[in-house]
Amino acid sequence: MYRYDEFDAGFVRERVALFRDQVQRRIDGSLTEDEFKPLRLKNGVYLQLHAYMLRVAIPYGTLSSVQLRQLALIGERYDRGYGHLTTRQNIQFNWPKLRDVPDILDLLADVEMHCIQTSGNCIRNVTADHFAGVAADEWIDPRPVCELIRQWSTAHPEFSYLPRKFKIAVTGASHDRAVVKAHDIGLRIVRHPDTGAHGFEVSVGGGLGRTPMIGKVIRDFLPQEELLAYLEAVMRVYNLEGRRDNKYKARIKILVHETGTEALKARIEHEFAQLDGPSINADPEELARIAAYFAPPHYEELPAVSARLEAAKSANPVFADWIDTNGFAHKVAGYRAITISLKGIGEIPGDITSAQMRQVADLADRYSLSEIRVSHNQNLILPNVKNDDLFALWQGLVEAGLATANVGLITDIIACPGLDYCALATARSIPIAQAIAKRFADPARQREIGPLNLNISGCINACGHHHVGQIGILGLEKRGQESYQITLGGDPTEQAAIGEIVGPGLTAEAVPDAIERLVEVYLEARQVGETFIDTFRRIGIGPFKLAFQHNLEGADHVA
Amino acid sequence: MLLDRTGRKPDLWTRGQPDDHAPVLVAWEEWNTQARLGNDPDRLGVEIPNTLAIEDLRPVLSQVGLVAIRFGAFSDGRGLSQARLIRRAGFTGVLRAVGPLIPDEFGFALQCGFDEVELPESSAHRQSEDEWLRSLAAYSHTYQQGYRSRTSILAQRRLARLSKGQSHA
Amino acid sequence: MSATKRPPLPVILLANHFLDGEVVFWSGQGWSRNPQEAQTASTQAEADVLEEAGRLAFARAEVVDAALIDVSLSADGQPVPNHFRERFKISGPSVRTDLGKQAEFAKDQAKG
Ligand code: HEM
Ligand code: SF4
Repeated sequence: MYRYDEFDAGFVRERVALFRDQVQRRIDGSLTEDEFKPLRLKNGVYLQLHAYMLRVAIPYGTLSSVQLRQLALIGERYDRGYGHLTTRQNIQFNWPKLRDVPDILDLLADVEMHCIQTSGNCIRNVTADHFAGVAADEWIDPRPVCELIRQWSTAHPEFSYLPRKFKIAVTGASHDRAVVKAHDIGLRIVRHPDTGAHGFEVSVGGGLGRTPMIGKVIRDFLPQEELLAYLEAVMRVYNLEGRRDNKYKARIKILVHETGTEALKARIEHEFAQLDGPSINADPEELARIAAYFAPPHYEELPAVSARLEAAKSANPVFADWIDTNGFAHKVAGYRAITISLKGIGEIPGDITSAQMRQVADLADRYSLSEIRVSHNQNLILPNVKNDDLFALWQGLVEAGLATANVGLITDIIACPGLDYCALATARSIPIAQAIAKRFADPARQREIGPLNLNISGCINACGHHHVGQIGILGLEKRGQESYQITLGGDPTEQAAIGEIVGPGLTAEAVPDAIERLVEVYLEARQVGETFIDTFRRIGIGPFKLAFQHNLEGADHVA
Repeated sequence: MLLDRTGRKPDLWTRGQPDDHAPVLVAWEEWNTQARLGNDPDRLGVEIPNTLAIEDLRPVLSQVGLVAIRFGAFSDGRGLSQARLIRRAGFTGVLRAVGPLIPDEFGFALQCGFDEVELPESSAHRQSEDEWLRSLAAYSHTYQQGYRSRTSILAQRRLARLSKGQSHA
Repeated sequence: MSATKRPPLPVILLANHFLDGEVVFWSGQGWSRNPQEAQTASTQAEADVLEEAGRLAFARAEVVDAALIDVSLSADGQPVPNHFRERFKISGPSVRTDLGKQAEFAKDQAKG
């Protein structure tokens, strides 16, 4: 894991002092609320419905057990004993007092963490594949590059007052688990076909929100050494030309759309050719310095098959199911990455109590080289577990109430906070997630249905990624009532796609039935080996629409 | 209130009609129609909107001693990129940010190449000179290299690496 | 808060406390954390007074997001917001009934 040097540590401390001062200047009136608000947002402080919310960055989703324990402490001391993991590898606290935030930031700084640029019209927390460094299909760990971008983008003098938020994601694996095409800039680490040198495929203009768009590739190969200069060129063109007249048209995706990919690409290349690369780019030695922190830990030499694991599996089918569902292939023989589902049936997706954070931290110390990951699916991951230790780990998780075996299945629902917390929401999302999870609670049935991602947002801002859910649910308000619109066929992976609307909006009560009907259509139509998305692609939305309509005749819908 | 990195300063420039004594700041919109005083760049400045393409300003840069960029709002960062481009074009005169900037932006503005900030009365009556100067000390080091400064964190790490390499040699 | 966007009467004045973030209600004397102490304005003149109280408190950085909220009166005279959004705002998360006003001021709570 990356460790702060004196500069990083000093910077974060100074930032805390600065925020303390900014709060004071708001109180004494030298800053107006309009001036203060962007400053508090850039320090992760939102105002929600019931209270402030503090969003803590978990850069590229990597956490140590020490950091997780500190989050547990903050949750207990300054919040209501829990936190909420988001789809952007952050953790949010829902009840902090603004007057306490500077102290919380100091506690975070004690463990090399911060809330810098987790909100606001600036370059946000850089996200990465949550299996970075351990995935069997990865050929290079994206985290050193993410850390470099984190530093370069931190308090950037030129890009701190952008037209709108700006999100960057990086992956270094063949399978895209970072949804890079739904980001303002998505970077795929690639190898040059001739020289074999490392570089990036760069896409721009992805984003969800009210105008969902898939990013367009503007560079097939950008040499690794030139990354920061190229990012600077993109940012400069966006900062100067991005729309500022309408907040809903201010993301770079709109600039790409209105200018045209080729024309914008030409402008970016023109700027890139003119700027002074060496004054911006990091030396290879700097990247190497950072990369050294991400060197693989000391793995033991283990047989690929663990007799102990196999014995435990055959003795305990529930454990076996959990392993098959929540386990992930590790690049080192004898190890596995384990996803800890925060989607217990009927629970709030992504919520974790302080007590559970401590239990997970202890289990990470014992079984995962003290490391934890946060995924954009609102789950935790223990990336380095020996096959031999899996049964003991599972028992520990059962004790913590964290052994739900549903990763990637229909009850592993992504849901934003919705109207239960969020001031922008038009409807609730969490109760919908809970109702659907309860409807599909039977583990055997979930496995029978197979991989299926279901995402819910409480308004058009799409924080719950509903557009890229194979089943997506969007909460809206229709005539003073909560109403839910269902989409099908979204895909967050390298085959990124935006879902299509299946029919008119439904009341909250009608949603579980409708989902059940849609799933039945798939089960009836599927051919051997097909998943939901495969069947959907083969048969199209038609049969689903038909079944949805039939179902409606029985249900009361808000149109 | 006009401020530079050392604090408050008198504004010697006047806007509008050229005058025999004070140097004059001509609005970009009037640049081509306004009578100009001789060829003395020290007495001539131009004030541009933050939507102007710096390519269009290029021919003017050698004729003026001051470029002022209007910030409509502190949260509109276009002027920061314009400043970078004006400096890249080789302009070494005075670069001024005009508008309701906030102290927290002062350091950024200087890093992007500005020399001074001209605040409207509505900001100046709330914000003291001391606050503005204090904000410059907020960060001892920054990750990015600024105009006139070579001491970014990356540069300092590089330096440390070099001197370590030498002492090992 | 502009008079042009004023909701229908009766209304209450709702805000978030600046330093705490907590939802507060104008009680007539000051800000209260208890929804049962919210003062109800039934005339335009009374609503003007509420609006002014919100404006002043915002200017002094005591509260943020001050807004007049249209309500109906329940059988026992308690104001209940007409829109479900504000009903959540004065109760707490519907999925965590152990938190928020609904937990603290359990008596006579408006149902979400
Ligand atoms: C106070 C709570 C929140 C507020 C006010 C908020 C606000 C917003 C807004 C306004 C957008 C749309 C941006 C645009 O298209 O320009 C957005 C997008 C997004 N938010 Fe949130 N959000 C909140 C909480 C969350 C949470 C809890 C998550 C994760 C579960 C999240 C993840 C995202 C993601 C992934 C997007 C992506 C859309 C994109 O990049 O286009 N947000 N949010
Ligand atoms: S999608 Fe809407 S309701 Fe959900 S968190 Fe984002 S802004 Fe709030």
